[in-house]
Amino acid sequence: MTKARLVIVGNGMAPGRMLEHLFDLAGDAFDVTIFNAEPRVNYDRIMLSPVLSGEKSYEDIIIHGDGWYEEHGITLHRGEKVVKIDRVGKTVTSEGGIVAPYDKLVLATGSNPFIIPVPGHQLDGVLAYRDLDDVDGMLKAVEQGGRAVVIGGGLLGLEAAAGLKMRGMDVTVLHLMPTLMERQLDPAAGYLLQKELEGRGIEVRCGANTKAIHGDGKVEQVELEDGTIIDATLVVMAVGIRPNVELAKESGLDVNRGIVTDSAMCTSDPDIYSVGECAEVGGRVYGLVAPLYQMAKSAAHHLCKLEDNDFVHAETPTKLKVTGVNLYSVGEFGDGPDLEDVVLRDANRGTYRRVIMRGNQVVGAVLYGDVTDGMWYNEMLKSGQDISEIRDTLIFGQAHQGGAAADPLAAVANLADDAEICGCNGICKGQIVKTIQDKGLTSLAEVRAHTKASASCGTCTGLVESVMAITLGDGYAKKVEGMCGCTDLGHGDVRRLIKAKGLKSIPAIMQELEWKTSGGCAKCRPALNYYLLADWPGEYKDDQQSRFINERVHANIQKDGTYSVVPRMWGGMTTSDELRAIADVVDKFKIPDVKVTGGQRIDLLGVKKEDLPAVWADLNAAGMVSGHAYAKGLRTVKTCVGSTWCRFGTQDSTGLGIKLEKFMWGSWTPAKVKLAVTGCPRNCAEATCKDIGVICVDSGYEIVYGGAAGLHIQGTTKLGTVKTEEEVMEIAGAMTQMYREQGFYLERIYKWADRVGYDTVKAAIFDDLDSRRAYNERFIYSQKFSQTDPWSERVSGVDKHEFNPLAVFGEEAMEPAE
Amino acid sequence: MNAPVTESQLDWRLIGTIDDVPLQGSRCVKNGETTIAIFRTAKDEIFALEDKCPHKNGPLSQGIVHDGCVTCPLHNWVISLESGMAQGADSGQTASYPVRVEGREIYLSLSPKV
Repeated sequence: MTKARLVIVGNGMAPGRMLEHLFDLAGDAFDVTIFNAEPRVNYDRIMLSPVLSGEKSYEDIIIHGDGWYEEHGITLHRGEKVVKIDRVGKTVTSEGGIVAPYDKLVLATGSNPFIIPVPGHQLDGVLAYRDLDDVDGMLKAVEQGGRAVVIGGGLLGLEAAAGLKMRGMDVTVLHLMPTLMERQLDPAAGYLLQKELEGRGIEVRCGANTKAIHGDGKVEQVELEDGTIIDATLVVMAVGIRPNVELAKESGLDVNRGIVTDSAMCTSDPDIYSVGECAEVGGRVYGLVAPLYQMAKSAAHHLCKLEDNDFVHAETPTKLKVTGVNLYSVGEFGDGPDLEDVVLRDANRGTYRRVIMRGNQVVGAVLYGDVTDGMWYNEMLKSGQDISEIRDTLIFGQAHQGGAAADPLAAVANLADDAEICGCNGICKGQIVKTIQDKGLTSLAEVRAHTKASASCGTCTGLVESVMAITLGDGYAKKVEGMCGCTDLGHGDVRRLIKAKGLKSIPAIMQELEWKTSGGCAKCRPALNYYLLADWPGEYKDDQQSRFINERVHANIQKDGTYSVVPRMWGGMTTSDELRAIADVVDKFKIPDVKVTGGQRIDLLGVKKEDLPAVWADLNAAGMVSGHAYAKGLRTVKTCVGSTWCRFGTQDSTGLGIKLEKFMWGSWTPAKVKLAVTGCPRNCAEATCKDIGVICVDSGYEIVYGGAAGLHIQGTTKLGTVKTEEEVMEIAGAMTQMYREQGFYLERIYKWADRVGYDTVKAAIFDDLDSRRAYNERFIYSQKFSQTDPWSERVSGVDKHEFNPLAVFGEEAMEPAE
Repeated sequence: MNAPVTESQLDWRLIGTIDDVPLQGSRCVKNGETTIAIFRTAKDEIFALEDKCPHKNGPLSQGIVHDGCVTCPLHNWVISLESGMAQGADSGQTASYPVRVEGREIYLSLSPKV
């Protein structure tokens, strides 16, 4: 009996493994011919990273040496690319003209790296990360030194980055998405990974979109969409792979994303099989080695006419092959409503663990830091074991069944002794602990008296209480109310810890402060976004998706889903030109209602969302900007006509109001802020129920604050009287800044002042001139980043997607666009 | 007889790519009088709901997306992206639509799930 002729196109890991199975099952029943486009034997492609980093050599990663091919009588055509399949005559032809007849053919053409077609992608020094040639190219670049820019923060990109760093290059990773490896890791684990890589000196830029690669013949610079220029001698693109299906397509086989096969790995031609990254089975293509090896096994069994070992999809765990980085991810980790998860974070050890369940089964796990239980979770995932019995302790891992619950005080307990607890008085955790122990203190009042911690603004009270609870154990217990269901920490603690720990992103806060949910909720996300914006001016980038719709589209949503638009009228003053422009906008966009607001400006009600940019463009053209009538920020400065017209007016209240509004507009605050300047004590501008009010008197300006006229009605409290407009401006800026730094999200100025004490505010803003100046300077600094008219930004194209439908079907599509 | 619509009978329409929808955000698709909100979660999952809160018809597409749900911008009802069911103490359901993602491309069926 003559042997069956088996021809394999491709010599990667999948066909290599398939042959091993085949020889085990059928001995030498096949006469095997391999065409390999690469001039090499079969090597372990997933070990390229250790070769790049220098931890292994090429010889170490060879799977099948020359001897193996000889031993099994395999004909290996190296560097011969197959260009044609004759399915009728059953032969393949290579570029070099070699023709090989087959009885069975296996296509294992693998995949091609995806190269982003930005300008300059063909320059010398731009490489993919796919095979040994790429590694050789990178090692040449290493000899020249300089900076390598790795585009793509996925598995391969990060391995390349770590390898190049170990070889001594400066490395920058550019990643389009907000967190690293977003397909395998949730944002919390992605954050930990980023921190680890940054700790190794690798620069990581998430949300970075490459615009162009510059250079004269070879790479010199990489330019980002935001205009950033990075010097580079090497660019590695690791943004993904595409199944290599050209040959199969030209041969008329069924091709979708990959070469379509059944669960036996057989293509639409019963004599042609496909395995590896080029194959699509059950509608999926694969890039990790475990499923590729399973394909190899299925194909081998079916080639031997064994009707078993059909390919079935299984979740494959992901691991990053960077020495010293431990992460493990398997299965689902999304936020489906039928999914439940348990999260365990240990900020001190930098570990994170999340187990995702559907009903009583584990369906996914993400582990960072300590990954020893990864296999255990994966076993449960694969077996579909009912975990209801061990549900309570599941998260603690295999070794801790029946262990204790996590300590809610852990975040505070983990703080170092030199972590600042009380910012006002500069008191560290160690001092508080020592004083409690030395003096035998048992109450908050005693701790305040002896250490001054939380004796000033009081926002760190919760933290001080936590320190007491940890120090005194059962002797002291006081429950702190969490800011939402996602954390037991209150607003004050979160604000303090953001500063104490230097937390600069929402994922960073959620990780370090041990958030109980994976991605927060609609209560905590806007609050955290505000705290970061207020605490890190110019550094933190506003997260639009963590903002309420009004602040995202810069208009007020109404009950029918339309919006209201309020242009700013500085100090309540307007002109005939502005009024004419408003009237024109109302006519042009058929705006149903126009109303004068309580804040002395005009509200256009019932504007359709898609009309917003055009409405703003017309108002901008007439010189008007957003009135921030929707903002947790400065709304209006209400004025009376003052000494300009009024026979009782004592000062230029209108002029001062306009100055204040021009100084303070655009600032984000914990809740809305409304001001008023009234020209005499008759108080026509109603300054005594505003957040900050100014009452002009003959001798100067009386400043009042903490008023409310909403759900709660409260008259203002007097701060003091000053002589000049400049002092008024400084005090208004300083007070707003103090409130910005200390207020809890959605807490108005009067509530903040009630909480921290009116004496405290007066001492810091009125009596202590240095303190006043310092607050005001911080306010002025943060204003540098906030005074951009959001309307003109959007008219010029920012967030365009917000206002246009993604697609239009049905009757509306027939109508011509206006 | 109204037999349930099978997978193959669904009328899949290509509406754009995942990248057209902001992360943890939403975009709308208009189908005649109906507006369908397409949501993208932090994990790149795509869901489609009629853009109407079961409470007072608030536009869900304008809400904050979190943990597989969206919070309505009008009165803070929390709606499941998968089922359209109101969460917690509130009760009601918004129509949800089948979506299919191929590569980065999003396909939407204009017939709501039964």
